[in-house]
Amino acid sequence: MIPEIGHFALALALALALIQSVVPMLGASRGNILWMRSARASALGQLFFVTLAFAALMRSFVISDFSVRNVVENSHTLKPMLFKIAGTWGSHEGSLLLWVLILTIFGAGVSIFGTNIPHTFKARTLSVQAWISVGFLSFMLLTSNPFERVFPPALDGDGLNPLLQDVGLALHPPFLYFGYVGFSIVFSFAVAALIEGRIDAAWARWVRPWTLAAWMSLTAGIALGSWWAYYELGWGGWWFWDPVENVSFMPWLLGTALLHSAIVTEKRDAFKSWTILLAILTFSLSLLGTFVVRSGLLTSVHAFAVDPERGLYILMLLTLSIGGSLALFAWRAPMMEAGGLFKPISREAGLLVNNLILAAATGSVLFGTLYPLFLEAITGAKISVGPPFFNAAFIPMMLPLVFVMGLGPFLSWKRADLMGIIQRLKVVAGLAVLATLALWYVTRGGPVLAYLTILLAIWLFFTTLREWAMRIRLFEAPFAESMRRMRHLPRAAHGMTLAHAGVALAMFGFVGSSAFKAEEIVFVKPGAEIAIAGFDLTFEGVQQIRGPNYIADRGVLTVRRNGDFVTVLYPERRGYLVAQSQTTESAIRSTIVGNLFASIGTPAAEDAKDSGAWTLRILYQPLVNFIWFGAGLLILGGGLSLSDRRLRVGAPRRAKQQQRASPVPGE
Amino acid sequence: MVRFVMLVPLLIAVIVGGFFLWGLDPDRDPSSIPSVLIAQPAPEFALEPVDGVAVPGFSRADLIGNSGAVVVNVFASWCVPCRAEHAVLTSFVERDGIRLFGINYKDKPKDAAAWLKKMGNPYELIGSDISGRAGIEWGISGVPETFIVGADGTVLFRYVGAVVGKDAIARFSEALAQAGALNEGAS
Repeated sequence: MIPEIGHFALALALALALIQSVVPMLGASRGNILWMRSARASALGQLFFVTLAFAALMRSFVISDFSVRNVVENSHTLKPMLFKIAGTWGSHEGSLLLWVLILTIFGAGVSIFGTNIPHTFKARTLSVQAWISVGFLSFMLLTSNPFERVFPPALDGDGLNPLLQDVGLALHPPFLYFGYVGFSIVFSFAVAALIEGRIDAAWARWVRPWTLAAWMSLTAGIALGSWWAYYELGWGGWWFWDPVENVSFMPWLLGTALLHSAIVTEKRDAFKSWTILLAILTFSLSLLGTFVVRSGLLTSVHAFAVDPERGLYILMLLTLSIGGSLALFAWRAPMMEAGGLFKPISREAGLLVNNLILAAATGSVLFGTLYPLFLEAITGAKISVGPPFFNAAFIPMMLPLVFVMGLGPFLSWKRADLMGIIQRLKVVAGLAVLATLALWYVTRGGPVLAYLTILLAIWLFFTTLREWAMRIRLFEAPFAESMRRMRHLPRAAHGMTLAHAGVALAMFGFVGSSAFKAEEIVFVKPGAEIAIAGFDLTFEGVQQIRGPNYIADRGVLTVRRNGDFVTVLYPERRGYLVAQSQTTESAIRSTIVGNLFASIGTPAAEDAKDSGAWTLRILYQPLVNFIWFGAGLLILGGGLSLSDRRLRVGAPRRAKQQQRASPVPGE
Repeated sequence: MVRFVMLVPLLIAVIVGGFFLWGLDPDRDPSSIPSVLIAQPAPEFALEPVDGVAVPGFSRADLIGNSGAVVVNVFASWCVPCRAEHAVLTSFVERDGIRLFGINYKDKPKDAAAWLKKMGNPYELIGSDISGRAGIEWGISGVPETFIVGADGTVLFRYVGAVVGKDAIARFSEALAQAGALNEGAS
């Protein structure tokens, strides 16, 4: 009965979305305030019904209702409760329901919190949001009903893919989707602005909190995903340039560009059509991600079950939404170009460089991701594009961006004083070069690119701190004065400092864990000694252990350093009975300095289990945790910026005064 | 000019969309990699019988001049999916009357013999490929792999991984039927 209620709630949500996609839009063009206001009720109604449906599905998973096909295919009674709940979004249908739930959360969010947005514009935005709802609700009801029953009910389920039974991964999709789908509301704002034919500084301010929220969530989602790959997959890496990773990374890159270009629109009334285009493209890339993951278009390690019919439906949605919005853009955008002029050395120019580089980097990732498809279509050849391409195309493009990132905050609007900035930063630059040389002397060897990256990371870190110190006149004014200035600095400024410092820290992690890692793959019997990066490991043997729904071979490795006991590592190889598949549980000794990573493989081919020899992979990656630490700072910085006074409801006027009170950078 | 520039994103989107439409073709499988062996004569190899197994060894000569297409399966006792596939292959032999030849890849004869004794032996011939040399000649990427070879010794079809599960069995049966390996009378 309850699954049917869920199904019915989805149908009701679709009906409300249909109403909301027409009535407020018409009301806005006719000046009918009641019709415009109806968007609030229908947006909240949609949220209510979709939440109901989601709760119904979750209940089916929690009580293991095996008369629902989706539960049979993705759950099992032996599964721990957390993963039963996570199973709700573990399948194509369930994750689509989560997708729609987040879509309606953002719609309802704007209708409740967007009190400073004019009625007509809000009505149009919510109507556009409802168009997306109609598309995805109908997609779900027509092709992917999560509440489909099976008769007779199954005795037990097929289980969730064991690889996915990890806390990191249980939480990864909700964050990722919150980011992906969060950009939908930015898209709706952009399309509504195109329909209305007006975009100004106020528009940028309305959009900013939603962009920030989506961007933070996407950052968290990507970071969790790479954390999962690192700790669960046992590959010893955190990023593989897999198509599915790329499609989540592209909206992040463009979303970052959007965050920065919207600042120019807000402060200087410039870059308008570019900002609108970025808003449209960011969500378009999110949709592209949804499409690629669910259509079987590209080959990937983590694609959903392939169904070309579904793929066709999503492609149709893509055509309507992306094609429609870009056509609207081509029609309306030429009418609204204007805005402040600026010199080649100015903050505008710096942010323009930021945008161009981020857009070009996104383009190169997109091209690399889709290239196998293009090539197969044209020549029939099948290839895959791997890390070498992306590393060669992406990293050299991003390094100049890091340089500009350090410089940018010192630039003032309209026209900046380059000589003054060079004066200020020559010490920082000198320090960065010295530190890099010292590091080179200590480590001896490693690729040039690695040292260049380190140089730029140090540069970014210290310029960011320098800029912050300058704003609060640290060491230049009495300490109390600095404290007072720090308190009065807009939170967005603190946010920027944290986020930029986070990028610098993450860069240390990228370089340390890839260019300076040490790796040993050995085929050994118990008693063997392995020396790596100053650690001495002794392979004590393998135990058989039994978990709740798996059995495992657990290797025991004693770690010593200079003869002193450090720790014992227990890498496991688990065999899941129900799903008949195996996973690797790597053992990691994690410190701030670096991670010692051990994983155990299947006994090598010649039936080595009898002879007692095992394949061990030992890896030492310096600084790898800085990646997630940096990602944490990015999220924290985004959060601080989100809590900035000027974005808060009902405080637009005070925000203006606040800005005037704070020191203008570069002065 | 400005109008044209503003049209560029739309044009790019349309072109990419066209590729997507092409890519959705249900017969297209992006993860299948065509084998260079297809439509080529079977590679040169000659393998000794497996010690302790009562069927003869297997070499290229056995693939030429057969009355119909035959199936070559690469297997090993240490390979877990092979265990699942064994039942499927056995039923193909018993029900459909296919002729099945085996290459025992990088396996100890003792283990292989015990495995076949326990599970049953559906193979007409088995070559022992301890060194893995024949596996290289056949270009296998892992175990198990299964090939269909025509009466004249031409490789007609390659299946990577275990022929297990509804879809895989359907695909394999279809390939068998096309190659004429199914003994119609026996079914």
